[in-house]
Amino acid sequence: MTTAINIPLEHVFFLALILFLIGAFGVLIRRNIIFMLLSLELMMNACGLAFVAAGARWAEPDGQIMFMFILALAAAEVAVALGLVVQLARRFETLDIDRAEELNG
Amino acid sequence: MSVWLFYIAAGVAITTAILAVTRKNASHALIYLVVTLLSIAVIFFLLGAPFAAALEIVIYAGAIVVLFLFVVMMLNLGRSSVARESQWLRPGMWVLPAILSGVLFVVFGFEVLQVENSAKIEGQVVPPKEVGKVLFHEYLLGVELAGVLLLAALVGAFHLGRRYLEERRET
Amino acid sequence: MHLLWAIPALPLAGFLILFLTEGRLPKPVVSSIGAGSVGLAALLTGYIGWQFVSSDTTEFVSSSWTWMIVGDLDVSFRLWLDELSLVMVGVITGVGFLIHWYATGYMSDEEGYSRFFCYMNLFVFAMLMLVMGDNLLLLFLGWEGVGLCSYLLIGFFHKIPEFGYAARKAFVVTRVGDTFLIIALFLLFHQVSSLNIQDGLLFARENMSEGSTINTIICLLLLGGAVGKSAQVPLQTWLPDAMAGPTPVSALIHAATMVTAGVYLIARMQDFFLLSPTAMLCVAVVGLVTLLIASFTALVQSDIKRVLAYSTMSQIGYMFFALGVGAWSAGLFHLMTHAFFKALLFLASGSVILAMHHEQNMFKMGGLWKKLPVPFIGMLVGSAALVALPLTSGFFSKDAILLKAWKNDSDFSTLFWTVAVIAAFLTSLYTVRMMALTFFGKPQSEMHELKKESLWHPSRIRTVVPFALLAVLSIAGGWLGFEFTGRLFDDKGVHAELHFDPIALLTLGIPFAGVVVGYFLFASDLLDRRILIKNRMSELVSKFWGSGWGFDKAYDTMIVNPFRFIAQTRLNRNDVVDLFFKLIKFLASLFHHILSMFQTGHIRWYAFTMLGGLLLVLLTVVWI
Repeated sequence: MTTAINIPLEHVFFLALILFLIGAFGVLIRRNIIFMLLSLELMMNACGLAFVAAGARWAEPDGQIMFMFILALAAAEVAVALGLVVQLARRFETLDIDRAEELNG
Repeated sequence: MSVWLFYIAAGVAITTAILAVTRKNASHALIYLVVTLLSIAVIFFLLGAPFAAALEIVIYAGAIVVLFLFVVMMLNLGRSSVARESQWLRPGMWVLPAILSGVLFVVFGFEVLQVENSAKIEGQVVPPKEVGKVLFHEYLLGVELAGVLLLAALVGAFHLGRRYLEERRET
Repeated sequence: MHLLWAIPALPLAGFLILFLTEGRLPKPVVSSIGAGSVGLAALLTGYIGWQFVSSDTTEFVSSSWTWMIVGDLDVSFRLWLDELSLVMVGVITGVGFLIHWYATGYMSDEEGYSRFFCYMNLFVFAMLMLVMGDNLLLLFLGWEGVGLCSYLLIGFFHKIPEFGYAARKAFVVTRVGDTFLIIALFLLFHQVSSLNIQDGLLFARENMSEGSTINTIICLLLLGGAVGKSAQVPLQTWLPDAMAGPTPVSALIHAATMVTAGVYLIARMQDFFLLSPTAMLCVAVVGLVTLLIASFTALVQSDIKRVLAYSTMSQIGYMFFALGVGAWSAGLFHLMTHAFFKALLFLASGSVILAMHHEQNMFKMGGLWKKLPVPFIGMLVGSAALVALPLTSGFFSKDAILLKAWKNDSDFSTLFWTVAVIAAFLTSLYTVRMMALTFFGKPQSEMHELKKESLWHPSRIRTVVPFALLAVLSIAGGWLGFEFTGRLFDDKGVHAELHFDPIALLTLGIPFAGVVVGYFLFASDLLDRRILIKNRMSELVSKFWGSGWGFDKAYDTMIVNPFRFIAQTRLNRNDVVDLFFKLIKFLASLFHHILSMFQTGHIRWYAFTMLGGLLLVLLTVVWI
């Protein structure tokens, strides 16, 4: 049973790379913490895509399993991070991440 | 046909990803993100990973992004925040990240091209049953650890959220 | 056999419980944990000892846990029980338990009750590791552990500065010996490439020739360590000051167990010492010199605990002497009997001191035998054993040592024997003096009003039972010793035999002579004591003896004061030595400031540097 496509592995990797870099770019340019988290999700998806692609290359389930672990990680991260966002919005009355710089050395 | 579908989906994913990252309105950005995720799900399906595709839609697009939307709505980010975003997103700030990303793209791309040339994905479907078997045998420890991680996140989120509620009750 | 690990584990568990609860437990619970853990260990020792004696094996070995493996050095946590360690373990847990039990009453009115038992349990654990460890590093661990506990317990009443000073003195002086010991361990490892004791002994038997230089050096260094721990000349000065600790501590640590660790060490390394006649001679001489000096000093002390401390020094001197002349079994036998009767003496003196408002000066006591019958009887039995009156345990062991010394075929055996006999005579003298001043004559000061309710009252069960058991052991321990110590070493052990040659009769008679002379000197009115004291010459002598033969003063002028001079006066005003450490501090804080500049608190800056780092790594991978 195949979907009968024939894509070079590099192409999928390039797609994952581009998505990852878009996410990284987003993290770097945005000051709003919600957008940063959103970009982070994008980066994680790109990683998952690379894993699934590598798994598909050998027709093994391991790639998908790694994707599921990333999924669990993302879910945990989002739960805590959004809790922090809510706290940040309350304490500083802003979502500007540059304002929350009290943890500097 | 399927091959074209892949490239179309890839184009959609990249476009919407760029849009999601650069939008000023959080709700719009999240909707674009959903589209990105859906197109990635299509790619997963094409690659022969239907289970991953389903999870992508159900959990990522369905649960996680909706959680984002909830928070955006709860914080009530209206017009003023859009105006503030355009203030924050000055072009001058883009230069250094763009350069860094570009250099990373070149180096990463160079690495990716080192992969053996003949490697093709034939789209052999790995059904959920097989995924489940391996997941609960070889990766059982990983599953347990993921469970612990989720529990910790649950406790952490509950803790953070509860303090917020209590403070609000006092005021 | 598989329960061997539980013997040290029990006191360790007691220590951990008391340590972690930080004195929040009520006193009865503390007592039952503190004394109970050692008691259980003693019972277990009895059981394992019975199994051991009735089996044919020569040793019990527990399973081992690896401590560290570095190159050739393979150190494991493994316990080793043979006859020698069995004697030691028996003394430590058995006498230790009785002293713990006594201490539950003795310490009941003191502050830091829980802390006391916490340290005591830790001490028992460390001491057990010392004697049960199958390698020298484990022995060293226990060795330092008991040193630490000794320090903590001498300074137990830490609010009194002099006691803290005594504790530091004990710690520093024994450290000198420990340095010798660790150098000996390095040398041993260099020679044997293993720190396992049995491997070492095998190596000595098979590969070392008699009188080899390196072996002699090792033995002398080991002797240095033993001298420090066992308070022998020239490192003996800490023991009298160590009497600052509570009396049960003096009984357990500074009489029965820790100070005999040196004897154990030499006995344990027997095969090395047998190959080095020089080292053996040194052991014997050290023992004899200590024996004499300590006996003379004990004669003029006024503090009852100091008399006992010097007596302990001299008795350990006997043990060293015994080891030095090849009377291995007799030395260990004396160690065991000494543990019994000296613990008894200390505990009895403790009761007297408590009854006298913490008065330790014997000249202020007197006439106590009617008022304090239980301590009196305990003291009497202990003294009889110390003096070595026939049929007490001390008699058997001391007799065995003296006989062995006479039969020893070295050039000095007659001289050695004579000195040892003189010391035995002195032992009787100072013992009689102590008894006479404390219990007989006229009362010199008021006694504490003894309330029946107070837990330390001499007629309470927790005082009487340890006294009774120790008294029985002090008398009957002699017969017990034949069974145990008879097959310790292959020097034909100790024999119970009747012998009537002149030498034996002399050793038999000396204690009596001492007692009689002592009676006329110190107890009867027949002789005017004033002619002894008034004389200017004797005043000087007694002052000299009383100061412990001037060792403290000599060390003060030779070492302590020059060191103080260097440390406190102009020479080191600007702390030259500290400059190096200040440089380290400066560099650390400089790097800290540089690094913390990167920690701006800006998350995007962090993300940027992370990606930059990723880039660097990738570039490295691509181009290298």
